Amino acid sequence: MSNYYDSKDLVDFPNITEFAKEQGEAFFQYYGSATSAGKLTEREKTLIALAVAATQKCPYCIDAYTNKCLSLGISNDEMMEAVHTGAAMVAGVVLAHSMQMRKIIKQKEM
Amino acid sequence: MDTNEQLRILGSTTGCISFKERFERSSKASLAATKINVLQINVGKRCNLSCRHCHVDAGPERTEIMSRKILNACLDIAKQKEISTIDITGGSPEMNPHLGWFLCEAGKLDKRLIVRSNLVILLEDAYAGFIDVYAKNRVEVVTSLPDYHDDGTNRQRGSGAFTRIIQAMRLLNQKDYGREERSLVLNIMHNPVGAYLPGAQKALEAEYKKRLFTEHGVVFNRLFCITNMPVGRYLEYLLNSGNFEDYMAGLCEAYNPLAAENVMCRSTISVGWDGTLYDCDFNQMLGLRVNHGMPDMIMDFNIEKLRSRKIVIGNHCYGCTAGIGSSCQGATVVGAG
Repeated sequence: MSNYYDSKDLVDFPNITEFAKEQGEAFFQYYGSATSAGKLTEREKTLIALAVAATQKCPYCIDAYTNKCLSLGISNDEMMEAVHTGAAMVAGVVLAHSMQMRKIIKQKEM
Repeated sequence: MDTNEQLRILGSTTGCISFKERFERSSKASLAATKINVLQINVGKRCNLSCRHCHVDAGPERTEIMSRKILNACLDIAKQKEISTIDITGGSPEMNPHLGWFLCEAGKLDKRLIVRSNLVILLEDAYAGFIDVYAKNRVEVVTSLPDYHDDGTNRQRGSGAFTRIIQAMRLLNQKDYGREERSLVLNIMHNPVGAYLPGAQKALEAEYKKRLFTEHGVVFNRLFCITNMPVGRYLEYLLNSGNFEDYMAGLCEAYNPLAAENVMCRSTISVGWDGTLYDCDFNQMLGLRVNHGMPDMIMDFNIEKLRSRKIVIGNHCYGCTAGIGSSCQGATVVGAG
């Protein structure tokens, strides 16, 4: 294995059912249902998926969902806005955890 | 790039097995026509635009224009009962000097009559009269609008194209085009502005309708998705941008046997500007005329022979079989549109 991440591996995603067929198939059924249009449009769900992909730093998901956004006619600035929402959430999550730090500081300092 | 070079490149792609092998493996038969109900006529390669995705390589410098003699032969064939749709394309069809006459004659046949117009040309004084000709003959107008954003459309079709298309749509709307049921039909063809596949047709149609109405006050009837074919100028773009192999691999991975069963060549015959017959407009631009012993000129047209002809195929055919399928009428998988 020369690289941990290889873009060609994306096409192998459907094969994650290997070695655990039942769970893999159950996942794909859930995945398909969760990412298809429901109360939210396919467009909205795709932007959510893109933001999650970026925050989770998954290169396969970023590739797949950037392409899907392009295919759905989602503009570059809309995609970037979604990524900023994800980035702001991550920043907020980190800063919210400073509460632990602040509580400890207040407990420990004279 | 000449057609031999295009065919050589398409034939040497490493990302997928040949289309012929893939099709025959999935359908257990060779690809053959089942009927001819669409007569698609390419009336010339001259165009006022030079779009970056154009498989025809059309532009103002092109001189190939269908003659009145060939158009007359097309008209005779269009009269046959089996032909239900007359589909006129180009280039910019309006730049054929016989188009007005042809539409008046074809309009008398009471068949579905389509003109694929870039609309931009309808704002030019010399061609503005076509709006009335279309309305009078109940011509279904199909226009390419690759993006509901101006920058995307302009990148593909040229600076200022978006605004001019919207202006022309407004004029067509004033003539009762693109409104609800029973109006004259104005449809949009959407194709990606880059090296990716089109998304869900219904989702795109809904977004286009919302955006074009709220932001520009224009309406249309249906949106159809068409995959960019790796032919002509679009093939050059793929090669120059380093996207060719990935794009071909993507088309191949997205091969859908259901789409393959419904490809448009099974029910279409395509006529070139000089009267040569092809299985589709893409084969036409690759110089792949109908083969397998079939009559290949309009003057020898024989519907009995041609309706069950074996289709001439190549790796570009993956463009019509990817995902929900692609054709001049949009998605081909039933239920996808």
